[in-house]
Amino acid sequence: MVPLSYYVILSAVVFITGVVGVLIRRNIIIILLSIELMLNATNINFVAFSHYFQNIAGQVFVFFALTVAASEVAVGLAIIIALYRSKSTINVDEFQLLKW
Amino acid sequence: MTLPLGDLVAIIPELIVATVACLVLVLDPITPPSRTHWLAWLSVASLVACFGITVSRMDATVTAFSDLMILDPYAGYWKLLLYVVTALTILLSLAYLRVERIHLGEYYGLILLSLAGMMIMVSAADLLVIYLGTELMSLSLYVLAGFKRFEVRSLEASAKYFVLGSFSSGILLYGISLLFGVAGSTRLSAIAAAVGTHGLDDPALLFAMILLVVGFGFKIAVVPFHMWTPDVYEGSPTSVTAFMAVASKAASFAAFLRVFLEGLGGLREKWYALFLVICVATLILGNVVAIVQTNIKRMLAYSSIAHAGYALIGVVVAGQAAADNETRALGLSSVMLYLAMYAFMTFGAFAVVALLRKGGLEGEEIEDFTGLAKRQPLAALLMLVFMVSLAGIPPTAGFIGKLYVFMAAVNAGLTWLAVVAVLLTAVSAYYYLRVVMVMYMREPDPSAGLVSRLTTSPALTLVLASAFAGVILLGLFPDPLVSITTSAVLPFK
Amino acid sequence: MYDLLVILIPVFPLLAVLINGLAGHRYSHHVAYRLACGSVGLSFLCSVAVFATTLRTGITREVVAYTWIFGGDLVVNLAFLIDPLTCVMLLVVTGVGLLIHLYSIGYMHGEEGFTRFFTYMNLFMVSMLLLVMGNNYLVLFIGWEGVGLCSYLLIGYYYDRVSAAKAATKAFVMNRIGDAGFLLAIFLVFVNFGTLDYTEVFARAGELSTATATAIALCLLIGAVGKSAQVPLYTWLPDAMEGPTPVSALIHAATMVTAGVYMIVRNHAIFDMAPVAMTTVAWVGGITALFAATIGLVQNDIKRVLAYSTVSQLGYMFLACGIGAYTAAIFHLMTHAFFKALLFLAAGSVIHALSGEQDIRKMGGLKARIPMTHALFLVGTLAIAGIFPLAGFWSKDEIMAHAFTHGHYALYAMAVLGALLTSFYMFRLTYLTFYGQSRVEPHVAGHIHESPGIMIKPLLVLAVLSVIGGFPGVPPEEGWFHHFLDPVTVGVLSGAAHQGATHPIVLLMVVATVIALAGWGLAHFLYSARPEAASQWAARAPAAYRTLFNKYYIDEAYDAAFVEPAKRVGRIWDWFDRTVIDGLVRGVGGMTQGGSALSTWMEKYIIYGSINVLGYANHLTARSWRRLQTGMVHHYAAIIVAGLFILLHLILLW
Repeated sequence: MVPLSYYVILSAVVFITGVVGVLIRRNIIIILLSIELMLNATNINFVAFSHYFQNIAGQVFVFFALTVAASEVAVGLAIIIALYRSKSTINVDEFQLLKW
Repeated sequence: MTLPLGDLVAIIPELIVATVACLVLVLDPITPPSRTHWLAWLSVASLVACFGITVSRMDATVTAFSDLMILDPYAGYWKLLLYVVTALTILLSLAYLRVERIHLGEYYGLILLSLAGMMIMVSAADLLVIYLGTELMSLSLYVLAGFKRFEVRSLEASAKYFVLGSFSSGILLYGISLLFGVAGSTRLSAIAAAVGTHGLDDPALLFAMILLVVGFGFKIAVVPFHMWTPDVYEGSPTSVTAFMAVASKAASFAAFLRVFLEGLGGLREKWYALFLVICVATLILGNVVAIVQTNIKRMLAYSSIAHAGYALIGVVVAGQAAADNETRALGLSSVMLYLAMYAFMTFGAFAVVALLRKGGLEGEEIEDFTGLAKRQPLAALLMLVFMVSLAGIPPTAGFIGKLYVFMAAVNAGLTWLAVVAVLLTAVSAYYYLRVVMVMYMREPDPSAGLVSRLTTSPALTLVLASAFAGVILLGLFPDPLVSITTSAVLPFK
Repeated sequence: MYDLLVILIPVFPLLAVLINGLAGHRYSHHVAYRLACGSVGLSFLCSVAVFATTLRTGITREVVAYTWIFGGDLVVNLAFLIDPLTCVMLLVVTGVGLLIHLYSIGYMHGEEGFTRFFTYMNLFMVSMLLLVMGNNYLVLFIGWEGVGLCSYLLIGYYYDRVSAAKAATKAFVMNRIGDAGFLLAIFLVFVNFGTLDYTEVFARAGELSTATATAIALCLLIGAVGKSAQVPLYTWLPDAMEGPTPVSALIHAATMVTAGVYMIVRNHAIFDMAPVAMTTVAWVGGITALFAATIGLVQNDIKRVLAYSTVSQLGYMFLACGIGAYTAAIFHLMTHAFFKALLFLAAGSVIHALSGEQDIRKMGGLKARIPMTHALFLVGTLAIAGIFPLAGFWSKDEIMAHAFTHGHYALYAMAVLGALLTSFYMFRLTYLTFYGQSRVEPHVAGHIHESPGIMIKPLLVLAVLSVIGGFPGVPPEEGWFHHFLDPVTVGVLSGAAHQGATHPIVLLMVVATVIALAGWGLAHFLYSARPEAASQWAARAPAAYRTLFNKYYIDEAYDAAFVEPAKRVGRIWDWFDRTVIDGLVRGVGGMTQGGSALSTWMEKYIIYGSINVLGYANHLTARSWRRLQTGMVHHYAAIIVAGLFILLHLILLW
């Protein structure tokens, strides 16, 4: 029996990895994946807590979170493609027309 | 299995909006490009219907879907505001999209989908539903921000908004998952109960609360989670900017207040101080940085940050641990009032920006307004009224809104906060009046060769007239709105 | 009927604003000015009728025009309080306003934006009438903001001049500083009384503790100082002379700038409870009266001399308020409105004759060319200098006498010295403008002409008022004017005001006259009898002259002390906001390029996250103000995370 705290720590590590990825990666697709990591960290949490409370609701939430993540990726990739067409790059640092 | 008919009846407005949104998306490909405005009028008609339904249900409090949704006067108030703003956005877009040569009907569908998300946000009684609502709203807005597909700045705004928006909702969702871990449920009522049993010093609870502050702080654009606002507001199509600045901010405030007052109300000793700090920082940064802006959309973005700061004063008052319920209710109603006032004046200002053209481009620089009073006296007059209202000068709506927020602060013993806010209001006059000065006190520059001209249409006239009437009438007759807000506040326990 | 009459007073100009503002471009200037002046004329007639009724019945009335319900426990009426004080202000505002409107027809003739000018002027009248007629603080505040806005628009009327736009902004911002104080005072009143109505507030003013009363009074004083251009917020008024001359006469001499005095007198019930605030008012007034007069000595722009003289005379009114001589303050307000409007309009007539020249070094010898204007200007000068028995003599003397008989000897000395200077610089102005050799530039000299009748006739009325305007207040402290205002102004402090001994008053009158004549004599000696002496004197004390000429460098000091730092702060914020902490960004960037492993990221993240970011938040040294809003997504995300850490930090510390 793995204690609850292990899951929570795992999820925290995954979440922080995601955050760090967003902070330091330049490639927008990797950033997108890092955000996915953050969302998956929450899924680990939901499942773990669901098991802990013996409450099925948490696992239902995971489906919602997955759906949202999927639509986010769909929209995100569409934006990235449009951007790539006009700028021929997916390095976010090159996107700085809007500043100050 | 039986259909939850009662539940469905309760959310008829949401269903109408979502259905019409899908309908518009479906009809778009089979509508000839010259007829896309029919889709806009269809959308407006659905909003009018929803308005009627929501008004007729204003007094009742109904819960639906096993307490996932709550349809109370508080939600009703915000929905009415959102309908009005959305209808104005659609009408503004009618004119704006034509001159931008964007003939895509799905625009209206996306606006309605975003509205559906906002409506879910304001009447959700469960954190996960709130999250779903914000995502529906935000995903539609990401796309709308990049709707000028051939303009790099629009795409860049979209990408930035998308990356930062999903980043912040990831943080929000993580906070929600932690709260689920503490309370065993994501219902606001269950969380409130868990706060009662766990006490104020549970680290998981506090950490989750901070994550929620970050997530909502991003949506309402307060310091230090405001960084996206100027860039996104500047790059997005102006009609979308207006929608974001007004509707998405109002809906986020609504959900945010419900979560923190109902769900985390027991923790207000803790979050009160956070919001006090955020509020002062937002007021100072928004007002000070707006001074040095040269692009009017950017200036209005900082102004919207500053206005979020003013609204936060009311939140702080509502979160006072020591104050009695009456004082706190006054704080909450002042936020509701303030955002309604803010909606009309900000929307009006963006509408004027949207209709100003410089050659084929948008007249976005403040310099482009030079001598506007000579060339377009009516547009200049409208802009003057909106600027005066944003600066909080009577007898406009902006003054009443500020008066209420400051009164609430003084009433709650936060006189120093009112003093700071009043002083910063004096600062804000500087940048708002600069626009007036440029319009009224400078000759149009003929050497520039770019003559701003106005794009007008009946829909646009309707938008400007409504915003103008809103600013003036709410300034002169605030009573009806005030009584609605006072009767629609959340019950404090 | 009576109520309707009262309500109509501000409604007439409002109608004119709406008609001229919305449809003004559709018809000729003749229609526009008839509407504008006619509406003010009707207001004036109504005011006279209201005044007559008040005089006859002596009853204070409140007329509710519109109930402005805010919901909750706050109901504010758009209501008017008609009492003797309001009546006096009404007559001054509409009467002088009407004359200036008529004058403007001639003065603004042929100007571009003629209709716009009258629209703004009428809007100003509406705001000013609301200001003086309101029965509660909110109406007062609306009028207060309204006149500020109109003043802003009218100063910037000649918008092709950059200096005009700058002056307009300066005036507005300085006024807003004052307004912030005023708004706070309103909040304090509401918190303490739960209402904003004068009647109730003043009836219960005695309940206030001294500390609260002092706080409210000082906040009100800040508002009054901004609006009435007192030390230290006076520098906008001389700059406001960029506006057309009728505007200077109406707004920046006769009416708007006196709003602060009106407000203090109106609130004297609160001021009476706060001796400290009263002393502050008196000293602010005394210092301003003297200080502005010294600057007025050496200015060379005809309107600027008058502007400094306005600041100085307003100082006298404040002084009067501060020593409890409220009636005297209003009395001086009234006479000042007459003679200062006269002086400004006559100056306008001079400027008109000289095709826009305002520098008195390029005038001289105009007496023969424009005799009528000369005579009118001279009457104004005699009145402001305090020559017996013109209007200014009675009102100014009463203030000085009150200061003396109530033991404020230092203030008395300042006032007397100020009076000497006033007399001197006004006669200097008269001599340099109308007497001696003509220094007019040749190309202008040919066109010198007397102003048309429409400009001269209002001046004649004002001249008559400047001569006889003082008689309602004779004998001092016992005159008809005082008895009329008694119901309003008699309070705790001023209650004992009326038994001043007669002998010293006569003596003081003699002193005042001698002082005024001395100033005249000195000016005559320096600028008429021995014109070369003036420059010799100036040359003998170059430092003093330069200091005065540069207005004590106050503008420069303000720029250096407030404006520049504010701009710098703005720029720093901007910089901060546009560029993330360089170290954070560069460091993180460098790491990425190295393609470091996850562990390194974590390490760096923790270093940057917890040390740099928190350290940054905690001590914002100049070094830390670095690149923030590059427009790069990372930096924004980093700020969000930094914000998260700051919040954590806060929660842990709390």
